[in-house]
Amino acid sequence: MTTQTGARPDARPSAAKAPSGGRRKPTDASPLTPYIFMAPYLLLFLLFIVIPAVYGFWISLHNWDYLLPGKPFVGLENYLDLFRAESTISGPFWESMEATGKFTLYSVPLLVVIPLLVALMLNEKFPGRSFFRAVYFAPYVLGVAVIGVLWRYLLDPNVGLVNYYLGLLGIGNIPWITALPWAWISLVGVTVWWTLGFNAVIYLAGLQDIDPELYNAAKVDGANRWQRFLYITLPGLRPVLLFVITVTILASANMFGQAYIITQGAPGNETRTAIMYIAEEGLRQFNMGAAAAMSYVLALALLLISIANFAVFRYKED
Amino acid sequence: MARSAAPTRAKTQGRYPRRLAGLVVRYGTLFLLTAIFVAPLLWMLSTSLKPNFQTTQFPPHWIPREFSGEGFSTVTATSSDTPVLRWFVNSLIAATANTVLILITASMAAYALARMRFRGKNVLFAVIISTLFIPQFVFLIGNYLVVDTFGWLDTLLAVIVPGAAGAFGVFFLRQFFTSLPIELEEAALIDGANRYQIFLRIILPVSKAPLATLAVLSFLTNWNDFLWPVYVLFSAQNYTLPPGLAVLQGAYTTNYTIIMAGAMVASVPVLLIYLFAQKYIIQGVSRSGLKG
Repeated sequence: MTTQTGARPDARPSAAKAPSGGRRKPTDASPLTPYIFMAPYLLLFLLFIVIPAVYGFWISLHNWDYLLPGKPFVGLENYLDLFRAESTISGPFWESMEATGKFTLYSVPLLVVIPLLVALMLNEKFPGRSFFRAVYFAPYVLGVAVIGVLWRYLLDPNVGLVNYYLGLLGIGNIPWITALPWAWISLVGVTVWWTLGFNAVIYLAGLQDIDPELYNAAKVDGANRWQRFLYITLPGLRPVLLFVITVTILASANMFGQAYIITQGAPGNETRTAIMYIAEEGLRQFNMGAAAAMSYVLALALLLISIANFAVFRYKED
Repeated sequence: MARSAAPTRAKTQGRYPRRLAGLVVRYGTLFLLTAIFVAPLLWMLSTSLKPNFQTTQFPPHWIPREFSGEGFSTVTATSSDTPVLRWFVNSLIAATANTVLILITASMAAYALARMRFRGKNVLFAVIISTLFIPQFVFLIGNYLVVDTFGWLDTLLAVIVPGAAGAFGVFFLRQFFTSLPIELEEAALIDGANRYQIFLRIILPVSKAPLATLAVLSFLTNWNDFLWPVYVLFSAQNYTLPPGLAVLQGAYTTNYTIIMAGAMVASVPVLLIYLFAQKYIIQGVSRSGLKG
């Protein structure tokens, strides 16, 4: 995003000074050439991004049941239904929004702070550093399906290793999957385990961009470790921090696979996330108009959060 | 950890034991984290290799007391309702085709955006990049219907093509192409080469590292994709591994040997890729940090 783009403003000056008029004038000079280069990607972009986004909105204005021939236009009814207590949809939808909100609220702080601590630890030079970095990142290359079935087994109340080892410590049988708040702790814990390395690697890149001279100067001035962190590291990481928070909120709000496989929404529907509900309603019940409306409401909520997030960072900058 | 508020003189006195303590704390933490990350994966391996009755026995045996091919022979059996081997082949085809499609389309578009002048370029680039920040689920319902229109539901095309429309590849490669010294191309232009020749013979050959990074990231993303294939693939023969694993778990609920064998089939390829292409993956993530 904003962080790395400024790194390479090169290449242009020398070209601009080339005296011959030949600069950027390919011999074929056909005005079509750029469009030919763009065409294959643009076709994909149009078919699978632009059209679905617009089409989705159009569908949200209809009572669009995939299986029924008639798909009457209903205007904003699908949206209004979400805010009417008496509609069949609004209850489960807001319950699923609440689930997504809770998951985001619980997981984002952990996924912002813990990877930062890990990155700080890995940012110092010591033998084995890249080995540890590689190991911590490893779970991230596995898919959510693998992570899901693996942790479903590890967290099984009766036959899972987690309860076995906790039992050795004298901690009784914990219903990791079937009761609250344990189901949330499981989902958040698994997600932290799975994606911690990703954020840590981004932080590490950010830390390495901070000028080491600043630290040396601060040491000379007698700043202690905490002060150096507070006055050099944190300000230096600001863009990276904004990036990590934004991306992590987006990822958490998109949570689907963990809950789909590990808790299946249980207990009741408390861990059924918004994405789970939207996908089930739209692509299993084929109530697509309502599902599309829900996805736009969720997107709008996310947009507002992102704007708030950027605003907070902008405010801090002043 | 170590509070180092002490002035410098006091520091030199206590330096040695303090350093030692610091080392112990550091490596202790590092190895503890290593265990937390690695142990579950080893347990998956161990479980996949033991007979199922051992998978629920306590105390757990990290090294199976007897080895059993039960898990792997079940998941590699071709005539079953859960043809894991078939899913593996499907995943391989889908991820490879998706990666190739991304490499071709993204590199061409990125080159045009990085080096050519044409009408509407800036607007186009802004629109493409802005979609990086739109969550995927916004496209879900619409994309389902587009794919349905093409008759691609329940075919691998549904998991190959739409995923290649993501803007990440274009963004990532454009950044690299822009950083290349323009002299590379100027010389060729003076020699009368056209854009296509320059792209194929000069730009692509010097872009091996970013292309490899993009290839690996694309492959992993497609290989691991879960939500989309769960809904666009219906018949067991057409699944890729991730939706397959969810079905496998449903079919064999407590047969952990089989479920973990399936999980191993889905994990080993990406772990091998990670082992050999770790540099590309970590650089790719840290350089741009954007992934879907």
